[in-house]
Amino acid sequence: MTSARDEVLGRIRAALADRPAPPPVVRSYRTAGTAAPSIELLVDRLVDYKATVHTSGTTADVLAGRSITRVVVPDGFPTEFEPAGIELVREPADIETLDSVSAVLTTCAVAVAETGTIVLDAGPGMGPRALTLVPDYHLVVVRRSQVVVGVPDAIAALEPTRPLTWISGPSATSDIELDRVEGVHGPRTLDVLIVD
Amino acid sequence: MTFLGMPSVASTSGHVRASRPFPDAAADALGDAQLRANLGRATATIRAKRGAVVAELPDWQELRAAGAAIKDDVLAHLDTYLEQFEQQVTARGGTVHWARDGDEANRIVLSLVRATGASEVVKVKSMATQEIGLNEALDAAGISAVETDLAELIVQLGHDTPSHILVPAIHRNRSEIREIFLREMGEVDPALTDEPRALAEAARRHLRRKFLSARVAISGANFGIASTGTLGVVESEGNGRMCLTLPRTLITVMGIEKLLPTWQDLEVFLQLLPRSSTGERMNPYTSMWTGATEGQDFHVVLLDNGRTATLSDPHGRSALRCIRCSACLNVCPVYERTGGHAYGSVYPGPIGAVLSPQLTGVADNASLPFASSLCGACYDVCPVAIDIPTMLVHLRASVAATKPALSPEHVAMGALARTMASPSRWTRALRFARFGRPLARHRALMRLLPPPLSGWVAARDLPTPPAQSLRDWWAETDGGRR
Repeated sequence: MTSARDEVLGRIRAALADRPAPPPVVRSYRTAGTAAPSIELLVDRLVDYKATVHTSGTTADVLAGRSITRVVVPDGFPTEFEPAGIELVREPADIETLDSVSAVLTTCAVAVAETGTIVLDAGPGMGPRALTLVPDYHLVVVRRSQVVVGVPDAIAALEPTRPLTWISGPSATSDIELDRVEGVHGPRTLDVLIVD
Repeated sequence: MTFLGMPSVASTSGHVRASRPFPDAAADALGDAQLRANLGRATATIRAKRGAVVAELPDWQELRAAGAAIKDDVLAHLDTYLEQFEQQVTARGGTVHWARDGDEANRIVLSLVRATGASEVVKVKSMATQEIGLNEALDAAGISAVETDLAELIVQLGHDTPSHILVPAIHRNRSEIREIFLREMGEVDPALTDEPRALAEAARRHLRRKFLSARVAISGANFGIASTGTLGVVESEGNGRMCLTLPRTLITVMGIEKLLPTWQDLEVFLQLLPRSSTGERMNPYTSMWTGATEGQDFHVVLLDNGRTATLSDPHGRSALRCIRCSACLNVCPVYERTGGHAYGSVYPGPIGAVLSPQLTGVADNASLPFASSLCGACYDVCPVAIDIPTMLVHLRASVAATKPALSPEHVAMGALARTMASPSRWTRALRFARFGRPLARHRALMRLLPPPLSGWVAARDLPTPPAQSLRDWWAETDGGRR
């Protein structure tokens, strides 16, 4: 008996019997590295999608402003940004712990100004994906040097085989009459602290 | 006779075959004033949002052209890219399965779920699994599949079917959704209001425990990268992240046309898709994973189910460029009035009118290529520039070719073609037509004609023939100079 694999591949080759030769892909759109990133644009776009942005102060200030007293902090989070006077919950944190602590503090891999997007790649200070998903509150520290202009710059900066999570504002839905509502299953509050 | 490698159509189970002709189903939909009000409001909202964010990008047309070219490259070398993708996923600890049709894909998923011992699975919204009727197949085997996307949950709890690719519950308004939640969710506070925020909160509570305890998740994929084996899901609510991240076993069902050749190609599609789809610069969450990520047991099922049949038609294959954004639905004057159910397939609207008949063979969805006014709005907004109007005309010809040569339509059209091919016959025909003037009873349009012409004027305007044709008038007056 022929395998499904062989049969599907055979069908494809039969379907392409006319040997289509499409024209080459022309990348005349704005590719990576064609402009300088703007922090102002990033802030504007983050705020537009209902994230709260701080461009000064410390992580302790931001957390205190939210009355948060315990926060999950992933391995590799830079000590210089650890919040003083707030209880830190370290990895490994199981799902029940993440659910009960309900706040997480991370770094990021890259931030995209044009779309207001922050990308996590499970690297140092970002933790496994569940860490930034189960808690209801997420504070991200973005260094100015991590800000890029657009999606092509982010793609160029990222390693595809790492687990990647692209975040643009808090969890949201437009499923009821296409009216955007923030806050469904992911963190309902997203704070961003931009540092040098 | 079928033999190895014959491109073939979708299985007869699943949800791409309309059970009723479009005109009949559309007539019912048009009688539902609430449905038309819901659709009109929702499609107007999304059209405005899309227009605003597309206008922000100075290079939209360049992105669109690149998107179309990348997809055409994928289709022209689909066998090579699929083998490359399989090799990459396997090298990174995932397992690749191949399914000739929906029934085979359902059997594969069922056996994978059974092997885990789970009796409940959580699902990320997926067109491919809707297409093949996976939920029904799992249910028949005693496994309950819980839809976790808010709109899919509304559809599932309402014992309803999806009516839009992006917003499957677009036909429901907030008060209808509140009633469904009160009736079906069980533990809901009767004081629940119909505010979208309150309804979203009710869904969060309903699903939270399921997410945190689920052992198996089933997803679709928005794209798969051939050169790396990376898969991606684009979403808004975080239900996708929950399903893709927390359960021990992840099963992804993906149409074979969903590939992109390289990681760089994603820079085009992550701009085209969100702006065309939800009208956002970027959707709230996009997850990407490669192989067995963070120790999960990962399986991907590559699905044909009529895609190779579509690929075999040089004039129809570009329908496989589709990235399921649904921009064409939102601008379609037919969709806006009938809604998605009238199309009888999980793929409604303009793209459904060209995709569904190709997946099943035109004989099984013969009315769908006619469910359009050919206005061309769908082509204008399509982020991968699928020329839907031209393809509709091509498919109408395919439908006509399935009818017997002596059918009244063929005979009439044949006579018309012979008449219009000859100036002298055409002039005589125009002179003859004026004898029909009494039937118009002094009106500008012919409303009542004897059969079989009565069918023609029932849905079309036929101007009353003038007392004198332009040609005769010209000949008589030398273009008005005499």
